[in-house]
Amino acid sequence: MQASPADLVEQVLAAAAARAPLCIRAGGSKDFYGGPVQGAVLDPRGWQGIQAYEPSELYVTARAGTALAEVEALLASRQQLLAFEPPHFGPGATIGGCVASGLSGPRRFASGYASGSLRDHVLGAQLLDGRGRLLRFGGTVIKNVAGYDVSRLLAGSLGILGVLLEVTLKVLPAPESESTLRFECGEAQGLDHLCQWRAQPLPISASLWRGGHLWVRLSGAAAGLQRACARLGGERIPQEEGRVLWDDLREHRLPEFHTTTTLWRIGVPDSAPPLALAGVQVIEGGGLRWLATALPASAIHARAQELGGHALRFRGGDRAATPFATLAAPLLAIHRRLKDEFDPARIFNPGRMHPEL
Amino acid sequence: MEREAIIRGLAAVLPPGALLASAEETRPWECDGLTLLRQRPLAVALPATAVELTALLRFCAAHRVPVVPRGAGTGLAGSALPLADGLLLSMARFNRILAVDVRSRTAVVQPGVRNLAISEAAAPHGLYYAPDPSSQIACTIGGNVAENSGGVHCLKYGLTLHNVLRVRALTIDGEELEFGSLAPDAPGLDLLAVVLGSEGMLAVMTEVTVRLVPAPETARCILASFGDVECAGNAVAALIAAGIIPAGLEMLDQAAVRLVEPFAHAGYDTAAAALLLCESDGTVDEVEAQIQRMERVLLDSGATRIAVSRDEAERQRFWAGRKNAFPAAGRAAPAYYCTDGTIPRQHIGRMLKAIQGMEQRYGLACPNVFHAGDGNLHPLVLFDDGDPDSVARAEAFGAEILEECLRLGGTITGEHGVGMEKINQMCSQFGRAELDAFTGVKRAFDPSGLLNPGKVIPTLHRCAEYGRVRVSGGRLPHPELPRF
Repeated sequence: MQASPADLVEQVLAAAAARAPLCIRAGGSKDFYGGPVQGAVLDPRGWQGIQAYEPSELYVTARAGTALAEVEALLASRQQLLAFEPPHFGPGATIGGCVASGLSGPRRFASGYASGSLRDHVLGAQLLDGRGRLLRFGGTVIKNVAGYDVSRLLAGSLGILGVLLEVTLKVLPAPESESTLRFECGEAQGLDHLCQWRAQPLPISASLWRGGHLWVRLSGAAAGLQRACARLGGERIPQEEGRVLWDDLREHRLPEFHTTTTLWRIGVPDSAPPLALAGVQVIEGGGLRWLATALPASAIHARAQELGGHALRFRGGDRAATPFATLAAPLLAIHRRLKDEFDPARIFNPGRMHPEL
Repeated sequence: MEREAIIRGLAAVLPPGALLASAEETRPWECDGLTLLRQRPLAVALPATAVELTALLRFCAAHRVPVVPRGAGTGLAGSALPLADGLLLSMARFNRILAVDVRSRTAVVQPGVRNLAISEAAAPHGLYYAPDPSSQIACTIGGNVAENSGGVHCLKYGLTLHNVLRVRALTIDGEELEFGSLAPDAPGLDLLAVVLGSEGMLAVMTEVTVRLVPAPETARCILASFGDVECAGNAVAALIAAGIIPAGLEMLDQAAVRLVEPFAHAGYDTAAAALLLCESDGTVDEVEAQIQRMERVLLDSGATRIAVSRDEAERQRFWAGRKNAFPAAGRAAPAYYCTDGTIPRQHIGRMLKAIQGMEQRYGLACPNVFHAGDGNLHPLVLFDDGDPDSVARAEAFGAEILEECLRLGGTITGEHGVGMEKINQMCSQFGRAELDAFTGVKRAFDPSGLLNPGKVIPTLHRCAEYGRVRVSGGRLPHPELPRF
């Protein structure tokens, strides 16, 4: 059944008046992500449908409740894709949840035009904020600097500023062809290879290191790929095996992700040396170090910080403790004031991003 | 606090010579690249260290002195237009490249470093900084961050936003802030995304870390002629629809071609109704394959003549015309007004026809250069700045172009920013609720309201006034009112 924004506005205004928390939740595929989930459910799935898709304009506009799979299938029918390869983490993933969680997949580390995380591909958004305002930011064109870039602020905001109603995302042509190479090497050597290769004009679109092997995906025109493969060496793995591997990395289906301990997502500059922490590790794109470990949170955060990065408890562990790295006081002050501007009654997803927000 | 006391107080926290306050000293700072608007500031400060900058800001916060940050002053929207009672804060002396790191492919620079200087410093390592606004010889990275600047290679390499990893900044109280990270996905809200393009209204930048990318092995450029602007516009859409992302895709209409050719001797086809410059970069094989595909699409789209650059010198010559469009406009008329809007690519032909109609109505010529791949247009309205009527017509012409961009589903600024130039059209692009939300964002970063106040976000009164101006159909009923 198609709900209308008016129904959602009513629900938000009622919650704001009662100062009763709302949990913005569609398919629940990312329930595990972030701080505790609390409050009455606001389900935007009644507001769904692809509103505009113009392959030659390189954008797609969809209501928040639209299934991510539906958007991707439509793009694939025209040989296009969401270049940040968002993970679904379950069949119920919606485009709204995708943008609100801000999670990107292996292709975010691509060189060339496909590079960038989810926020880099957000062009516009419509937000229902805590004052019941329907706000439109951004648009459909790539170059647009009118006003503050609030639509990108909403990417990864975990719903703390309001309910996403509609998003416009940049889309790109799917690569003409792809190849995956495998190399046998240790962690430090694998990271060194990646740093050297990324400083060269090579069409690398993803990389993965785990268990003594480095995999590199190359994307582009067939002619260019042949030469790049020859230059890099390694073992070329069969097409289908490669496709499954990158999909398994994106959707966390690799065995390392199925841990009985805690899964940490440790972001560091891709030039950083090995973590040297006990546990089982998967390295995505050099800079994302996924670590399954029983080490205490303090040890993980300290090491991440030492390397110029930050850690986040991704799955498992103590849900009561904040999963994110701490925010510096002046930054937290800005967060608080932004929260007060958009959600003065503090009803949206309290504690999901930060205990104080 | 009275004027003289403020000037004394500001001078006291700076070394001798770093504060300019006399009329002769401040006059050169009265405008940025938007020369239509001029205002002498209370004073100009040129701090050189973080200590001086912090002290300045704290003084301004304590005495409620508004601060307008400025880079090289090349901005075209008046974002760095001084305030009569405000301090113009020049970041020119923050001009050091602090680090170029090959392993992480990053450069850490102070905000006053010139855009091109970053690429020059990275060149020995085979790397460069991709965003290349046409003012890149002079404009600074601080200004680029403030405006979220673009350039001719945005379609493939992104805007400033996509190439900046971290910004360090100060609040008006001198408190240190760090937005973004060299590591993926900094915790919390993506405040860096808002700081980029915030036109100096949210924080004062002190350091910028940019991403460097490997210089492509080679680049080649196609010069394609079209007998009709609509046809050229359709060719742009056809290239994208064919799954091609060119490194650069620029368009010049006939008036622009005839303006630049005698000046730049680029070998342009002056008989063509429109020219497309279509560039491919990458490895030799990639470029070879892509150029062939591009040629095919362009010919299928009705190109009447095609030339492919055979060597680097020829490629540079093809670009020379496009890059000299502004100086050529400067030579062709006493003054020109370059505006900036974006439209969906499919409407390029319609837009050019609409502009031709406006040329008749306003009695002014307007050659067009486009970042066609992005649908980002830069019409050059030629006018006489010695004639107040011509100035008024040029301003109204520019405003109508921006309104037309909105009608076609685009935006009033693609890469120059809003500043003071396009503040009226913000009333057309956004409703009051969005404008209030922008004010809220500003308040969240700058509760004092002292950082570059009055820019970008129009007041309710201004929008009401503009609404009345607009309904009168391009004629300005109250020429005495400041509108830009």
